[in-house]
Amino acid sequence: MPSKTVIEAIREAMDEEMQRDPSVFIIGEDVGVRGGVFLATDGLYKKYGEYRVIDSPLAESCIVGVAIGAAVNGMRPIAEIQFADFIAPAMNQIIEEAARFCYRTAGDFNLPMVIRAPWGGGVHGALYHSQSIEATFAHIPGLKVVVPSTPADAKGLLKAAVRDPDPVLYLEHKRTYRLVRGEVPQGDGIVPIGKAEVKRAGTDLSLIAYGLMLNHCLEVATKLAEEGISAEVLDLRTIKPMDEKAVIDTTKKTGKVLVVHEDNRFGGIAAEVIAIIMENAFDSLDAPVMRLTAPDAPAMPFNHTLEEAFMPNVDKILAKARELARL
Amino acid sequence: MATTTQQVQAKGGKDRHRALGLSDDQALRMYEVMRLARAVDERMWLINRQGRAPFVISCQGQEGAQVGVAAALKPGHDWVAPYYRDAGVVLWFGMTARDQMLSFFARREDPNSGGRQMPGHYGSKRLHIVTGGSPVSTQLLHAAGVALASRQRKEDAVTATFFGEGGASQGDAHEAMNFAGIHKLAVLFVCENNGYAISVPQTHQMAIENVADRAAGYGFPGVVVDGNDVLACYEVAKEAVARARRGEGPTLIEAKTYRMTAHSSDDDDKRYRTAEEVALWRAKDPIQAYARYLSEAGVLKDEAESAITERVTQQVDEATEYAEQAPDPTADDLLKFVYKKDVTA
Repeated sequence: MPSKTVIEAIREAMDEEMQRDPSVFIIGEDVGVRGGVFLATDGLYKKYGEYRVIDSPLAESCIVGVAIGAAVNGMRPIAEIQFADFIAPAMNQIIEEAARFCYRTAGDFNLPMVIRAPWGGGVHGALYHSQSIEATFAHIPGLKVVVPSTPADAKGLLKAAVRDPDPVLYLEHKRTYRLVRGEVPQGDGIVPIGKAEVKRAGTDLSLIAYGLMLNHCLEVATKLAEEGISAEVLDLRTIKPMDEKAVIDTTKKTGKVLVVHEDNRFGGIAAEVIAIIMENAFDSLDAPVMRLTAPDAPAMPFNHTLEEAFMPNVDKILAKARELARL
Repeated sequence: MATTTQQVQAKGGKDRHRALGLSDDQALRMYEVMRLARAVDERMWLINRQGRAPFVISCQGQEGAQVGVAAALKPGHDWVAPYYRDAGVVLWFGMTARDQMLSFFARREDPNSGGRQMPGHYGSKRLHIVTGGSPVSTQLLHAAGVALASRQRKEDAVTATFFGEGGASQGDAHEAMNFAGIHKLAVLFVCENNGYAISVPQTHQMAIENVADRAAGYGFPGVVVDGNDVLACYEVAKEAVARARRGEGPTLIEAKTYRMTAHSSDDDDKRYRTAEEVALWRAKDPIQAYARYLSEAGVLKDEAESAITERVTQQVDEATEYAEQAPDPTADDLLKFVYKKDVTA
């Protein structure tokens, strides 16, 4: 299997889907000649032309609203929001429109569309190029929210999202774009939406994460192994709908769970994961469920010291995991 | 590029519809749909005031603009993205009085939403009516997207979207017209300017007299038309549709009209409009004006008028009876269609 970066896997997924299905097209800021600010769409404008790789005006509601209309009329748009932090102007179109089309017409309409958004911090992106938005959108019925961490999942989940009949918010962690490299299977390699994956098996405790933090957790598990602690690492991959069974299974297996995310703490995904555990696997717990998250401050300051203080990292996760192991 | 706002005045004469290429039958059909829209609406108010249904939102007074524009489109081929007053548009596009009443009573069989949305929130994939929600002017971007898809597939379908002058204040209205202008998409932006956004008059909505003047800022023509003159509305829409099909891009049509009722059954328009003003506009009722024209043109004779009244009344009666007795959704329906394809892990 060839080894690829996350950004290469994303580009390859879009290229293959556009080749396979003429109704797939891309719309977003700078996606055309520039190839996207992260080069996610590099080369696609040249290959597919201006009507399948559309440079939109600098207007996020326009990007999503036009994508909705095109999806109504038989197309499968991939709408790119340049940074997740800029999605707010499109929230009305996403929450009130895209998420409700199917429900409000009792299934008459459905929207096969993907909204891609680079998210997450650790890139000196400051307050407006670092944010995590998954909890905000996961709260909305009618949306699916996927969060790949590895190149294989990035490709397989993007393909699944393009082929899905419902709107999918596809969050790609920008720090992983070129940092994380991995094997990507040839062919479609579809990764089903709604399925978590145990990325590393273990018996003493479970680390549950997604995105950049998942990669940190894998590193932590390696360090813990050197200390004789066997950590299981569960990659949620899809936030909504969440793979509750996988969460319950790993809890029953290890009895100790630490949930990690870089989104703010209050009402974050960890709170939901922990509620699932309490409702379904309380009897299996050997220790209180723990969470390690960013604090409830706006994500995240530009200054290096403040950024470090905001982000969970390998050392912080390791310390918390050791604490859990000792209980 | 023609960007100056054009004012289309109502013309006199007895042969206007034929000059526009409308046969007598077509002209009468437009009249009948306007009558039907009004009759359904009036019945809804009656039933609401009797306490048999919770909510009504009205088309009354705007049927001329709605049917005039819709009649210039090809139902089933072209698309519409209407707003909540557009009963005349959706009836022209194939909805029925029964559909209206099923929606009004929020029955399971309601084709718009299965009883999930308030009345007036139209949507039918089969009829090419894009579903609408309650936040205003989102549908303008959907219309631009529908038209983009037509362009991508090299089809000549035209998409018309409708909104009020209040909705014109939304950012989505700007973004949609800007995008459609850039790509010269086949879109008709139809502003049914009824003077009020609930209680807020146009003077507090914008500093300009004509919404259509904004078209210049998007690089396409804007046209102001008497919205209570159905044939004038048809005329400008016909021209706009022809332009759109030729690939020459969008037109912003502003139909100056008036809302003859309160905003909705929960509104009291006496708090912000004078009885004199309402009476003045009632005298300009687009249905009565059109009836006078058709009568003077010798198209609408007494027998035809009676026959139309009879058909319309019968449809409304039957629709009301059917819908009032139709079953409600059951609690089991609550969780259906959150997704088209449910994923249960």
